[in-house]
Amino acid sequence: MSKFSKKRGKASPAISTASLPDIIFMLLFFFMMVTVLRDSDLKLQVNTPEATQLTKLDEKSLVNYIYVGRPTQQYQAVYGTSPRIQLGDKISTVDDIPLFLEQHKVKLPEAKRSRITSSLRVDGEVTMGIVQDVKTKLRKSNQLKINYSAGQRAKALE
Amino acid sequence: MAKTKTRDRMNNEINAGSMADIAFLLLIFFLVTTTIAEDKGILVKLPPWSDEEPDITKLKERNVFSVLVNAQNQLLVRDEPARIGELRERAKEFIVNPNRRPDLAEGPKNAIISLKNDRGTNYDTYLAVYNELKGAYDELWDELSMQRYGEPYSEEMPFAQRKAIRDEIPMVLSEAEPTNFGEEN
Repeated sequence: MSKFSKKRGKASPAISTASLPDIIFMLLFFFMMVTVLRDSDLKLQVNTPEATQLTKLDEKSLVNYIYVGRPTQQYQAVYGTSPRIQLGDKISTVDDIPLFLEQHKVKLPEAKRSRITSSLRVDGEVTMGIVQDVKTKLRKSNQLKINYSAGQRAKALE
Repeated sequence: MAKTKTRDRMNNEINAGSMADIAFLLLIFFLVTTTIAEDKGILVKLPPWSDEEPDITKLKERNVFSVLVNAQNQLLVRDEPARIGELRERAKEFIVNPNRRPDLAEGPKNAIISLKNDRGTNYDTYLAVYNELKGAYDELWDELSMQRYGEPYSEEMPFAQRKAIRDEIPMVLSEAEPTNFGEEN
């Protein structure tokens, strides 16, 4: 027994695991970079439509999200089934939008404020009425850069 | 030399073996919390709000490409029913007017696309229509850019080149205040 292990030990050392942490750290940093911590709990059902002419939003800190959709099953008792707006993590009305935009704006340095984009995450089944109200409110609040959030469409239209 | 030997004998290095475990723990945490950002969409610049009624300037009928979407998600393009699938090609033909037809735009600089929807229109349909109209302009920019600079139009191009293209074919997509015939709750 002892003879055997001795021989082996002399012949070739075990593979060094010293660089394993480095590899893992590399992976770790990669995921830390791409991670966006979920900041708000979605209370609405939002399935964004698909489109082809998409632009990517780069700077996360310059984007605020406005969700529009019907409340999910567990919130239907409280909020009903008609389309609602969610700002941050609470269900709101269009009148809350200016305050929401202002709260986002004050966190950013002045130089970057003109580049703020509002990302509208709207469910495809919702009708334009509520979307139009949101758009009008955004225009009145002078938030003119908006982004209709959409997924990539693969197949062509009929 | 002698020094290293004593150190070897003492063997008091910090054991880095558990480092991997710690890193793994963090890695798994980030793996679980990650939602890889798929933040893409159609970028739109809204016109500023003004309380005054927009003054109605009479435009030549040939320069206006009107698209109406009703509450049943049906399209009316230049007073004729149409499908979304053919919208892009028609818009492109309208803007460039390659055959100098008298009923299409005088030129890309004069072309105006007017989009009007109902409050009852599905957002899905609205976005599909908007996507096609934007796609028409994107394709025209690409074609012009290929012709002039040999590369498709992109945000990475020099600003002067982009501006030249956008001056040649300016994107004029005006959205009228929607009608309200079929809003549901």
